[in-house]
Amino acid sequence: MFFNSLLTNFAALEVGQHLYWQIGNIRIHGQVFLTSWILLGALLVFISLGTKKMENDPKGLQNLLEFLWDYIRDLARTQIGEKVYRDWMPFIGTLFLFVFVSNWGGALIPWRLIKLPSGELGAPTADINTTIALALLVSLSYFYAGLSNKGWRYFEYYVHPTPIMLPFKILEDFTKPLSLSFRLFGNILADELVVGVLVFLVPLILPIPVMFLGLFTSAIQALIFATLAAYYIGEAVEEHH
Amino acid sequence: MLAFNFFGATEGGLFDINATLPLMAIQVVALTYILNSLFFKPVGNVVEKREKFVSNNIIEAKNKLSEVKKLEADLLTQLQSARTEAQRIVSEAEDESDKLYKEALELANNEANASKEKARLEIESQTTAARDQLSKQADDLSELIVNRLILEK
Repeated sequence: MFFNSLLTNFAALEVGQHLYWQIGNIRIHGQVFLTSWILLGALLVFISLGTKKMENDPKGLQNLLEFLWDYIRDLARTQIGEKVYRDWMPFIGTLFLFVFVSNWGGALIPWRLIKLPSGELGAPTADINTTIALALLVSLSYFYAGLSNKGWRYFEYYVHPTPIMLPFKILEDFTKPLSLSFRLFGNILADELVVGVLVFLVPLILPIPVMFLGLFTSAIQALIFATLAAYYIGEAVEEHH
Repeated sequence: MLAFNFFGATEGGLFDINATLPLMAIQVVALTYILNSLFFKPVGNVVEKREKFVSNNIIEAKNKLSEVKKLEADLLTQLQSARTEAQRIVSEAEDESDKLYKEALELANNEANASKEKARLEIESQTTAARDQLSKQADDLSELIVNRLILEK
């Protein structure tokens, strides 16, 4: 009985329902693009404001942006290495900012107040399409990084240190995007569901600690995603001796 | 029905993968280029320019500091040599004046001794002269007395 009612509650949260947009004969999830455009628009406005008048003595927003830049540079430099981190810093930084803004935007903005004909607005990273897109971009990136830096010698990595590693290394190329995408997707979706269920059951006070926990996991997930992406790229460009 | 909606692949569901995926990938790649030109490049330029400025200043300051230290050591050795030179001059002058003082003292002593001797000799000669004269006068007187006594008789 209880399980049934819980499922109905889930149904009230409209899990797995989407706002479909039809373009030609392809169908896309409109709510994902709507939230991502709003959040990325806000991010770009924020960044444009901060970089409008750059001075040698940073003030206000410029300070914050410089801190962010420094943080991303440190992340890229420690994972990728001194030699090529400059080439990959914008990509790693974009991943971090995109995931972070999506996660926090999904958790902080009361999207539920906006009624859609179908589905509901939420974090873009709570949609499997977004996370798989990000993960596949990371896979392409580390292949590209390895091949462009080391040429065919990149494939030495697969038999390093012994050829026994070959099947495992090949398997890794599949598990890396899989774990990247499902970790992010699962964490953000689970956070949204837990908050949604708690708000549904106990609308007062009780969901607040869980919401804070959600903000914490959201930030951590963004950091993990960016760090792992940088680590994979670093692994691909690393020279074995 | 619910289970179908939950994991369904045809229409809706959590794992409904469709054209959202490539479009989102394109969007993220576009965002990478936008953020690169809007955020990473300009902020990086400013930060790296400042870092270069700061490190250049630090190097310059270090150079200046070492130069100052070199000059300080140089001055210290100069001061040391000047001090020893001054000491040498002072002791030389002291010796000189000591010598002069001794010479002058000896000269004065000799002179004084000589004049003392001369005076003593003079006094002696005068004393003998006076004594001779006195004894002569005494002789004269005694002779006179004797003559008168003899004449009165």
